[in-house]
Amino acid sequence: MRIEGKQISISDSLKTNLEIESFIKPYREHVNKELDSVLAYAVDTYSKSDGELNTAIGNLFADVIFEQSNPVFKQRTGKDIDMVIVNHGGIRSIISKGNVTTRTAYVIMPFENSVVVVALKGSSINKLIDYLLEDKRAHPISKLKIVVDEDFNLKKASINNKPIDTTKTYYVATNDYLYSGGDSMTFFQPNDSLYILNYKIRSAFLDYFAKVDTINPVIDDRFIKLKK
Amino acid sequence: MKRRDFIQQTTAATALVTIGGLTLQSFKLSSKTAKITILHTNDVHSHIDPFGPDDGRNPNKGGVARRASLVQAIRNENPNTLLLDAGDIFQGTPYFNYYGGELEFKLMSKLKYDAATIGNHDFDNGIDGLYAQLPHAEFAFLSANYDFSNTIMDTHVKPYKIFNKSGIKIGVFGLGILLDGLVLKDLYKETVYLDPTERAQDMSRILKEDEQCDLVICLSHLGYHYSDYPERPSDLKLAASTKDIDLIIGGHTHTFLPKPTVVKNSLGDNMLVNQVGCYGINLGRIDFYFDSDNNKTANGKSIIV
Repeated sequence: MRIEGKQISISDSLKTNLEIESFIKPYREHVNKELDSVLAYAVDTYSKSDGELNTAIGNLFADVIFEQSNPVFKQRTGKDIDMVIVNHGGIRSIISKGNVTTRTAYVIMPFENSVVVVALKGSSINKLIDYLLEDKRAHPISKLKIVVDEDFNLKKASINNKPIDTTKTYYVATNDYLYSGGDSMTFFQPNDSLYILNYKIRSAFLDYFAKVDTINPVIDDRFIKLKK
Repeated sequence: MKRRDFIQQTTAATALVTIGGLTLQSFKLSSKTAKITILHTNDVHSHIDPFGPDDGRNPNKGGVARRASLVQAIRNENPNTLLLDAGDIFQGTPYFNYYGGELEFKLMSKLKYDAATIGNHDFDNGIDGLYAQLPHAEFAFLSANYDFSNTIMDTHVKPYKIFNKSGIKIGVFGLGILLDGLVLKDLYKETVYLDPTERAQDMSRILKEDEQCDLVICLSHLGYHYSDYPERPSDLKLAASTKDIDLIIGGHTHTFLPKPTVVKNSLGDNMLVNQVGCYGINLGRIDFYFDSDNNKTANGKSIIV
């Protein structure tokens, strides 16, 4: 017996099967129509590269996760989410000035990651802060405030305007990818407990965009560096 | 059945039995040389449209309508063709979010896929979400190491299927990856994962010895190879620890191979492991040319990759 193996590239040099193409067409048109349906209006163009330690789009990311997930978490557990952290790399696109559509939610969040809430001791929150000081990037955070000096020494850290209590348990919302150690966020392990909300990050955005008329996030003082 | 046909068939069968194995061999000798073509995809992940010209990684690649014309051309050239998929059909474009896999299954049916195994992402809408799309699939789902008996998928997935192409028997079985840790339990529910190596050994014995298949193919979603986790089941590990499997068609790790990998099995015989990346940007093609007696071991085999 003789065996021959190879790989054939599916490229634009191949003919398109017109029967298949016409079968797909109505599905494509429907999906595109849905994706292009306008949900809200963006006052400006927002990019994750605009801002040093916090960005308008990153603040929107973290604040939307808090606003949309907290009612779900509260209803299930009777508790509130204390803070949110996700990763700067997880913002996959800019939001352009003008109409915000369903497609916007897909391009800024193409992944299927879901919201999880992790119960972390204050001591682990300190490791989380160490990570942020080490990485020096505008990872999206909400409810956590950090002030550093020009050499990135921690000057002040607070959650809901109170200092971090190392013995207290904090409920930290993030996504399942980061919880599993993605982007070197190892501080989620060990933890006291994990709550899986079965709420996709993208769904949180879609629900938020549908709820509001305009989005106008700003760079604020949640993570700042003092000047000399 | 007409009575006359029945008598003729009975007579033929009796003749073979009485004259014995010798006749069986000489009977096979009289059959003509056959060529079996195996076409395969893996991890298509709902990529129905081609990538656009501005895509950063795969510009103008992929697309089901192009794959359809390629498959049709190959089938026209050789009707003895099987089209197989190694799982993760679902999840990756809004088509899945909007239609839950309906379009993926309908298109695979139109392309006349023969069988697929089940990938971890095929549970993304839960086992109920997978079940709901089954009416759109006119091809077999194969898994020898997912025990679905306490789930809604019970009886809808077979461990293996035998295809007969011009007298050549091709046994195809499926293997899936460990779900715990990859898929939420709420989604896969009471699906029980069985040891893939043990199941592969069982399947190759059943297909080779009991069913007398001429070709044994494993459709695997285990992943090609895990260099950081040498103990984890993978296609390369499976290939080396089993016998009588001619081809493992893999998936999960989105591995792009310059060419199919030739691996020595537990008996030291060469076999093939292949995987074609992801997103439907490639089609794998393996051609098996049989001698006139269908007996590959007696004449040895040559692999050209």
